[in-house]
Amino acid sequence: MSPVIETNGLVKRYGRFTAVDHVNLSVEKGEVFGLLGPNGSGKTTTILLLLGLTEPTEGEVRVNGLDPLRQPLAVKSRVGYLPDQVGFYDAMTARENLAYTARLAGLRGTDAAGRIITALSRVRLADVADKRVGTFSRGMRQRLGLAEVILKNADIAILDEPTGGLDPQATQELLELIGSLAHEGMTIVLSSHLLSMVQAVCHRVALFNRGRIGLTGRVSDLTSAVLGGAYEVEVEASGADVPAVLGGAEHVTGIAVAGPGLWRVDADADVRPQIARRIVEAGGALKNMSIRRTTLDEVYVRYFQETKNQQEKKDAEAA
Amino acid sequence: MPRQREGSPFTGLSTIALKEAADHMTSARIHLVLLLILLTAIGAVYAAIGQIKATVSEDQFLFLSLLTTARDPLPSFVAFLGFLLPLVSIALGFDGINGEYNRRTLSRVLAQPIYRDAFLTGKFLGGLLVIAICLLALWLLVTGMGILLLGLPPGGEEVIRGLAFLLASFVYAGVWLAVSLVFSTLFRSPATSALAALALWLIFTIFWSMLAPLIASAFVQIDPYDPVSQLNFIELQRGIARISPQTLYDEMTLGLLNPTTRAFGPVFTSQLKNALMGSPLPLSESLRLVWPQLAGMIAAVVLLFTVAYVSFQRQEIRA
Ligand SMILES: Nc1ncnc2c1ncn2[C@@H]1O[C@H](COP(=O)(O)OP(=O)(O)OP(=O)(O)O)[C@@H](O)[C@H]1O
Ligand SMILES: [Mg+2]
Repeated sequence: MSPVIETNGLVKRYGRFTAVDHVNLSVEKGEVFGLLGPNGSGKTTTILLLLGLTEPTEGEVRVNGLDPLRQPLAVKSRVGYLPDQVGFYDAMTARENLAYTARLAGLRGTDAAGRIITALSRVRLADVADKRVGTFSRGMRQRLGLAEVILKNADIAILDEPTGGLDPQATQELLELIGSLAHEGMTIVLSSHLLSMVQAVCHRVALFNRGRIGLTGRVSDLTSAVLGGAYEVEVEASGADVPAVLGGAEHVTGIAVAGPGLWRVDADADVRPQIARRIVEAGGALKNMSIRRTTLDEVYVRYFQETKNQQEKKDAEAA
Repeated sequence: MPRQREGSPFTGLSTIALKEAADHMTSARIHLVLLLILLTAIGAVYAAIGQIKATVSEDQFLFLSLLTTARDPLPSFVAFLGFLLPLVSIALGFDGINGEYNRRTLSRVLAQPIYRDAFLTGKFLGGLLVIAICLLALWLLVTGMGILLLGLPPGGEEVIRGLAFLLASFVYAGVWLAVSLVFSTLFRSPATSALAALALWLIFTIFWSMLAPLIASAFVQIDPYDPVSQLNFIELQRGIARISPQTLYDEMTLGLLNPTTRAFGPVFTSQLKNALMGSPLPLSESLRLVWPQLAGMIAAVVLLFTVAYVSFQRQEIRA
């Protein structure tokens, strides 16, 4: 299957500053793809490049096999876009705003009216459909923006921080919505800072760092790449040299001291029975043991800590 | 970059133009400006009627003098219109593009399958539509007042001259609409673009006629004993003055509404051959006289529009 979205050596420079630096992305059909990274790492810029809303300095973009700059109409009619901090015409009602976009998107008459109702009820805005958008809260606008994407019935949805301004319940609903859209075959690219959300819905993620993609892959792959494992076991024991005892054990990918008599064991499987057996066999006393799946947050924090350390080392060497 | 595009550049054009016109028609800002125009128009025409009644002249073009007669301290209707039309245009266009940008609606609209040119052209046409409606209403109002208060219906030639004047006013307003749209693409802040447009308007309506002789004298030395040098000076001065759309518009109103006008520059005796002093020019001659001015203004609109197009086409839409 050929990818729906593909970029090749994509570069965007603003003067001497490189906002997007040789980005290669490839998103398959039906996939939910997450763009992650700290503020200013180039996620929004990449999204603008995908949509043809800004021109790349180098490299190329293919959406459905088309170039968004050369065939903008063909691309834009298949792609729905939710910008971060989406804006609407305040003097018009939610329904009127959507009707305007529907007409621009080439939908007319009763077909459009029906789709608008459906879209509004999917984001739970049907009861305020005829209220002026000027009276809407930030979260309601965000949901209206999502209704617009749904209305367009696009193959691809590109959502820039879709959870911005949403309360926890709305976030949860959004996740479910994204899930069901993906289930219907829509390809979704989203950027977010809410890692738990990304972890919950995204099949694959790309970690942006200073305009480059540092890591890309499935969440579980990333956790093992960065943290060495997908599980983290905290072991509290005495009377045994835990690192020595567990050294060479199967599935264990790393051991670190977490405190006096406390160790943190990274593993790519649930190794609790094994740990317990080994410690007891070595004559130690196992006091406590707890296991957690590592979250994307930890991957994120650890990854950017490492790159920062590396950068500092490089800077020091240069100086 | 050579670029081939697919799809009609007019996709969505009428949708945008109509939405734009509807927005203007309901905006308080435009209501204010139109009220101002309406009041001044009624005042000016009313004063002119008083003046005409007082002098009881046997004018062949009594109806046209309704538009051009001034009674101290009020200027004539055409003078008012020449002064206020740019204001209407600037009010219509100064936040055309940057307003959408600041409301964060631009990226949402441009993510729909339309070309950017369609958006710009739609904005322009929407403004023109409003101007056309207002001019027509104003024209009917003045005609009505003339018939009611003077009891005289306009003659056939007067109607044609009046409509030609209306067209000239329309194009003149179009120039200023294009100017304000250019500024709205060049400046991010609506306040800046409004100020820039108003500054240009002040320069052209008030200061340009004073500046033209100064600039001309920098290029041509006047020799008091050489009539040719004086003629050169006058020609150059007129040329410079005609850079201002205000000058072109004034000349057109003069040519159309004062049928006795034979030429705008210095008149040579050769031109007066076979001419009865003070006799009106036939309609076709008057139209031929003002044609270059009209063509010049249309060219200005095209030029300005191209500037707006080029600056908008390459802009990054990050909002
Ligand atoms: N017009 C511009 N001129 C110069 N630099 C720019 C311009 N637009 C963006 N940048 C820079 O490009 C970098 C990437 O910005 P971008 O908006 O893509 O970040 P982001 O990853 O979306 O951040 P956030 O998480 O805050 O939304 C930033 O450092 C920003 O300062
Ligand atoms: Mg961003």
